[in-house]
Amino acid sequence: MDDLLREFLTETNENLERVDAEIVRFEHEPNNGDILSNIFRLVHTIKGTCGFLGLPRLETLAHATETLMSRFRDGMPVTGDAVTLVLSAIDRIKIILAEIEEEQGEGGGDDSDLVEQLYGLAEHPRVNPGPTSGAVDNAPDGAVSPPPAQAKSATREKDAADRERLANYSIRVQVETLDNLMTRVSELVLTRNQLLEIVRRHEESDFKVPLQRLSNVTAELQEGVMKTRMQPIGNAWQKLPRIVRDLCAELGKEIELEMHGANTELDRQVLEMVKDPLTHLVRNCADHGIETPAERLAAGKARSGKIRLSARHQGGHIIIEIADDGRGLEIDRIRALALAHGLMSESDLAAKSDSEICNLIFTPGFSTATRVTSVSGRGVGMDVVRANVEQIGGTVDLKSVHKVGTTFSIKIPLTLAIVPALIVEAGAERFAIPQLAVLELVRAGGEHRIEWIKDTPVLRLRKELLPLLHLNEILRLGESRPERGFVVVMQVGNQVFGLVVDGLFHTEEIVIKPMSSKLRHIVAFSGTTILGDGTVIMIIDPNGIVQALGRASPVLARTQEAPANAEGAETQDLTPLLVFRAGSPQPKAVPLSLISRLEEIDRGRIELSNGQHLVQYRGQLMPLLCIDAETTINRDGRQPILVFSDRDRSMGLIVDEIIDIVEQRLDIEVASERPGVLGCAVVKGRATEVIDVGHFLPQAFADWLGRRNARPTPLAPKVLLVDDSAFFRDMLGPLIRAAGYQVVAVASATQALATLSSGIAIDVVVTDIEMPEMDGFALAATLRQDPRTAGIPVIALSAMISTEAIQRGRGVGFHDFVAKFDRTGLIAAIKEQTDGLHAAA
Amino acid sequence: MDEKYPEHFMYKDEHFTEFVTFTIAGQLFGLPIAQVQDVFKPTNITRVPLAGAEIAGVLNLRGRIVTAIEMRSRLVAQPRGDSSDAMAIGVEAKGESFGLLVDAVGEVLKLADVELEPNPINLDRRLADLSVGVYRLDGQLLVVLDIDEVLRLRGDAAAA
Repeated sequence: MDDLLREFLTETNENLERVDAEIVRFEHEPNNGDILSNIFRLVHTIKGTCGFLGLPRLETLAHATETLMSRFRDGMPVTGDAVTLVLSAIDRIKIILAEIEEEQGEGGGDDSDLVEQLYGLAEHPRVNPGPTSGAVDNAPDGAVSPPPAQAKSATREKDAADRERLANYSIRVQVETLDNLMTRVSELVLTRNQLLEIVRRHEESDFKVPLQRLSNVTAELQEGVMKTRMQPIGNAWQKLPRIVRDLCAELGKEIELEMHGANTELDRQVLEMVKDPLTHLVRNCADHGIETPAERLAAGKARSGKIRLSARHQGGHIIIEIADDGRGLEIDRIRALALAHGLMSESDLAAKSDSEICNLIFTPGFSTATRVTSVSGRGVGMDVVRANVEQIGGTVDLKSVHKVGTTFSIKIPLTLAIVPALIVEAGAERFAIPQLAVLELVRAGGEHRIEWIKDTPVLRLRKELLPLLHLNEILRLGESRPERGFVVVMQVGNQVFGLVVDGLFHTEEIVIKPMSSKLRHIVAFSGTTILGDGTVIMIIDPNGIVQALGRASPVLARTQEAPANAEGAETQDLTPLLVFRAGSPQPKAVPLSLISRLEEIDRGRIELSNGQHLVQYRGQLMPLLCIDAETTINRDGRQPILVFSDRDRSMGLIVDEIIDIVEQRLDIEVASERPGVLGCAVVKGRATEVIDVGHFLPQAFADWLGRRNARPTPLAPKVLLVDDSAFFRDMLGPLIRAAGYQVVAVASATQALATLSSGIAIDVVVTDIEMPEMDGFALAATLRQDPRTAGIPVIALSAMISTEAIQRGRGVGFHDFVAKFDRTGLIAAIKEQTDGLHAAA
Repeated sequence: MDEKYPEHFMYKDEHFTEFVTFTIAGQLFGLPIAQVQDVFKPTNITRVPLAGAEIAGVLNLRGRIVTAIEMRSRLVAQPRGDSSDAMAIGVEAKGESFGLLVDAVGEVLKLADVELEPNPINLDRRLADLSVGVYRLDGQLLVVLDIDEVLRLRGDAAAA
């Protein structure tokens, strides 16, 4: 292609992007002469060049557009229709340009339709009277217009002068040239690394000093070349105003698009890759996020919605945020959809925090839009957004508050070509881990022991339990020595985990070489690189590694599923216990499965309200309780707390120190009279108080139990506890055991029936009333019908004991009702029923 | 046309192909010389965990990263005990470099195109799938490999 023509195409395409953005601005500020003259100048340039290059079709169209624009300049009112017409003319110009690029000619299309409309509107503006036409009716020949026109031409001259000066200081370089240069620099960095490696082995080398110099120059050169590839992120935003405008028209919404930090620069390769995800997110905000004006007014918001786009640098990364003030995500709907699509089971969902639930929208095949629009809502997109961002080593996260808005944050590295990486060893092979994903390094053993919860290894690191993965196992490099090695603490998205490796080497600037197409299906790797000694090694992809975490059993999942059958219940003796200190020096313990999280909060954030300590936690106020009243909370430093959650409520128990996690048989030997303590058990050779969580929950929320209805109670000698909530099973089980009974705990009425028919002698059934599938009433009725079980007393646990419920309960054969948190009452009821049993025997 | 050369010479030159020959598990194979970048002794191959048996690993050849394909696994399903005595045929496809690990590299043969025969029906299916035809040489068969097929590994489809 002719050089002149190629240059024309490049320049015109750039100009048109600017026209797009400018026209949308112009529509909002029709009186801004600067914008108008900008647009006019751009269109005029296109027209002029077309004539020069012999492109009559383009010239005609550009001329017609210019004519209409000049009418605006003369003061013709700017209407939405007119702007739409100009935009469609510009679209047509783009199409023709694309044709020229492909076929070297204008193609044989006909633009007379548009041309006529443009002229028509230019000559008869009142054909499409805009809302403002009356007000400016007399403007065209009025005395007002000449002065602004003069002012405009002055600005124009000044602009032109500016541009000319700029032109002298910058040159146009083919992107390909820069890419080539970058590749060469990468090779240079590699060779430099190899030389450094060689000199490292020869202590007294004459090369040392010149090599140091070479090394510095290489680093400077690398930086310089990277700089040439930097472009402002605004280049990726140019199309957005137009897109938002079109969406507004299509969806009948009013949206303001704010853009901040458009000058933030990043590598053009990264820029290219982030363009589409950004566009998609903005469309998504406009389509799903922002409400219609009517809905907004009804919700007490401003009529027009706002989408705020911002970019800033942060330590080797660029953070881009897309925030809207729309309706926000509906957590419950996402939950329901995830369940409906079979993405996750109910129990998994229950264990997720709100923010984790929100992030489900990035799962493939997920869409919460109830209505499919042409804009979005086909369940494709968000997963692609995440995939694209992760492909360039970035992360995407979202925060959403229902009815207030949604904020997406994208965090991406500034460049992809050369990154610092940590070189590690596993199974006698070396691997590179991008430093960006690494939070810290820990040597396993000693203070940081690797522990096992069931079959899952965890690392206790500053009172947090980190799930661990062994690189050896993920890569199938043979057995790893589980208790030794180093732990690379990594973060991917919100997930923090430890990767156990056999050895750590140094950090090195590595040049990322694309993966062989034959290896791309291996998700654990993102690329290859050549080390200083010339060896090729694989680069670990943290995003791929984290997938292995999903396969391993979730650590610290808050519920410990009940054994699937009664036999399991009989043999399941070991309970993981969290041992901690609070109030007194004597260790205390609580079943780990009751705890949903271990947190450390800033003491400064603890608030006191109505005599209750509170802290803001995950968007809610969470009550904090002390084990005993004497405990005082310091005002500074960090406070470890145990978080207990049930359904959507959480409470925090203030502790002094978390000591250990042990797995052992829980035998409460000495029952306690002290409130809040179930009794005493020997844990790791020390007398340990086992905490009764049930004592604290009602203190945090008076109605904690009121919201649920049933819960199984045990029989005197052997009690069958039926409750679908693991939380209550874990809480009541030890309690009943402490009173001297055996407990078999099951999660459903069906399991209860299976247990009974398996021949295990049950003396009392304690059951929750409200359970999925078969409730407590139905369970009792079924038991009554079977002669083998008809004699077993059934105690119903209920939070609300209404006369009606008692009536119905008597009808189906409940022997007693006990309030859920009436521990004394429960034990008394079990005692009464079992005593009766023995009397009868 | 230059009168100095007899006509049949010109004819021959245009219809001959030069082949790089090599052996894998005793069988002779050939690749047109135009498809071969270089022949080298592979050293310092880094094995790639989780990759199939056909991938011997990756190595650094003068700054380029080369994916080494174990031709024994690819063609005859006989694993190589020790890859240190293997040789590699360097080929390029779609901008990527590959090294085909073979047992030994033989001489370059210039063979007439018209003598290329279709695969005999009794040729091992594995070989036949990767071959464009055979030459009958003195007492042995030279199997001409189809490089595109050789590089189409299992899992490519899944990765695409």
